[in-house]
Amino acid sequence: MPDDRIAPAAAASDLRDIEFRGGGFQAAARPGAALFFFVLILAVWELAVREGWLNPIFLPAPSSAMRALWELTVSGLLWKHLGVSLLRIGAGWALGSMFGILVGVGMGIWSLARSLGLAVVSALFPIPKIALLPLFILWLGIGEQSKIAIIALGVFFPTTIAVYNGIDAVPRNLIRMAQSFGVPMTAIVRKVILPGALPSILAGFRITTSISLILLVAAEMIGAEYGIGAFILQAGNLMQTDQLLAGVAVLSVLGLAVSALLTRLERRLLRWR
Amino acid sequence: MELAVDAVSHRYGAVVALDEISLRVAPGEFLVIIGPSGCGKSTLLGIIGGILAPSAGRVRVGGAVPSDCLNPITYIFQDFALLPWRTVEGNVALPLEHHRLPEAARAARIADALARTGLTEFRGAFPKQLSGGMRQRVGIARALAARPAMLLMDEPLSALDAQTRELLMEDLLALWLRERLGVVYVTHNLTEALRLADRIVVLSRRPGRIREIVSIEMPQAERGRPEAQVEIARLHDRLWQLIKSEAQVAERELTTADGGGDDA
Repeated sequence: MPDDRIAPAAAASDLRDIEFRGGGFQAAARPGAALFFFVLILAVWELAVREGWLNPIFLPAPSSAMRALWELTVSGLLWKHLGVSLLRIGAGWALGSMFGILVGVGMGIWSLARSLGLAVVSALFPIPKIALLPLFILWLGIGEQSKIAIIALGVFFPTTIAVYNGIDAVPRNLIRMAQSFGVPMTAIVRKVILPGALPSILAGFRITTSISLILLVAAEMIGAEYGIGAFILQAGNLMQTDQLLAGVAVLSVLGLAVSALLTRLERRLLRWR
Repeated sequence: MELAVDAVSHRYGAVVALDEISLRVAPGEFLVIIGPSGCGKSTLLGIIGGILAPSAGRVRVGGAVPSDCLNPITYIFQDFALLPWRTVEGNVALPLEHHRLPEAARAARIADALARTGLTEFRGAFPKQLSGGMRQRVGIARALAARPAMLLMDEPLSALDAQTRELLMEDLLALWLRERLGVVYVTHNLTEALRLADRIVVLSRRPGRIREIVSIEMPQAERGRPEAQVEIARLHDRLWQLIKSEAQVAERELTTADGGGDDA
C-alpha cells in the first residue's frame, strides 16, 4: 500500500538549485588595502592643509612633519634622543619583565605564593603607574633611576598576570604525564610549564611593550633633557608642531618595529600551534 | 613484575570514590577494569600509577624488573597527553631525558619505539599534524621508550573513532602478545575488554567496590575467530548483566546530582 505521507517525485523540469546561504564572516587578506588607506589619509590631510581648511600652526601638513624628521635625522639629534629613550625603555622593560616572570612563575606553581601574591597584584595592578612618578622621583631622584623604575613597575604587573594565567592554563594532564615518568620538578617547569605558558607570556609582552612606551614618554616629560618624550614636550612648548609630529612619528615607528619583532618571535617560538 | 593493590579506598571530600579495593596483577597479565561512569576506575589507575595518593590502603610491586627499564609502571593516557610544542620524536624522548643514558643508547631507544609503533616516518611531525590514532601511537611509543614492566592504560581508545579504535586495538594486542608486559586497562567498552583481557574486574557504581572478577580462559589470539563468537557473546551478555542496572542508576545519579560525567 503506498505511503500517502511521501509526496510524488517532481518532474526533472521542476527541480531547481538550492539557495546558497553560507559565506561571509571570514577574514580574507586584502593585500595593499591598508597601505592604500594610509596613503589616502595622508593625501587628504596634506590637501586640507594646503587648501587652508586646517591651520598649519595647530596641525602641520604631513610633508612638513617629514621634512622636520629628515632635518632631525641628518643633524644627528634624532639618534641622540632615540638612543636615550631606547636605553630607558630597554632597561625598564627588561627589569619589569624579569621580575614579572619570576613572580608569575612562583605564583603559578606554589600555592602559598599564589595566595600571597594574587591579592597584592590584584590590588596594585589597576593603579595608573604614572600617578606614582612623583613618588619615584622623591625616592630615586629626577635622573634615570626613577624613569627606568616607573617603566619597570608598569611592565611588572601585566607580566606577572600573563605568566601566572599562562601557567594556570597549562593542562594539568601534561604535568601528571611528566610526573608519571618521574620527570623532576625543575624539568617539569622547564619542559612542560614554561613552554605551555609561552603563548600567554608572549601575549603579555605585546601589552607590556605598549605600556612601557606610554610610560617612557610620560616619564621623559618630567625633568629630562634628552629622549623622544622630552623632545615632543619641548617642541610643543615652542609651538613647533612639525617637530612635535616628527617625534610622534618616531614613536609610531618604534611601536611598529617592536610589534613586528614580537610577531617574528611568536612565529618562531609558537609554530607548533 | 607483580602488582598488589591492598584495601585501597579513596575519598574526594565527602564523596567516597573507592571502597576497599584489593586485587593482584600477575607478571604479563592483561587485567581490564570496567564499571559504570563515576565508579572510580580512573582514580584506581591513578593510585596504582602513583600520581594520586589513596585515602587508605596501599599499592605494592614485587618481582624482577628488566635491567633496561627506566619507569617500571608507565601510563598511557586517554587524551594522549602529548606536548604540542614537541615533535613526535621529542615527545618520545621526554621520559629518557632525565636519565643518564649515552646519546647512542637514547637514540636507539627512540628509534626502536618509533619503529614498533609505525611512527618512524612521522618523527618530525607535531601532534597537531597527526590524526587521533597516530597521536595515541605516539603515547604508546613514549611509554615503550621507557621499557616499562607494567603499562597502565586509561581508556586509551575512547577518544578515537570506531575504525581507528579497531585498528589500534589490533596493534595493541599484537604488541602485548609480543612484549608480554603486565597491563592494567580501564575501559567502558565491553568489546575491548573481551578482546584484550585475561581477567576483567567489574566495579560497582560509586563508591567503587569489586563486584566480580571474570576470568577469560580463551587465548587472546583466538578471540577474533568466527567459532569463538558464541562464547564471546555469552561473556558479553554476562558482563552487561553485571553492570547494566548499576550503569542505569549511576547515569541517573550523575545527571541529577552534579551533572558531572567525569570518571572520578
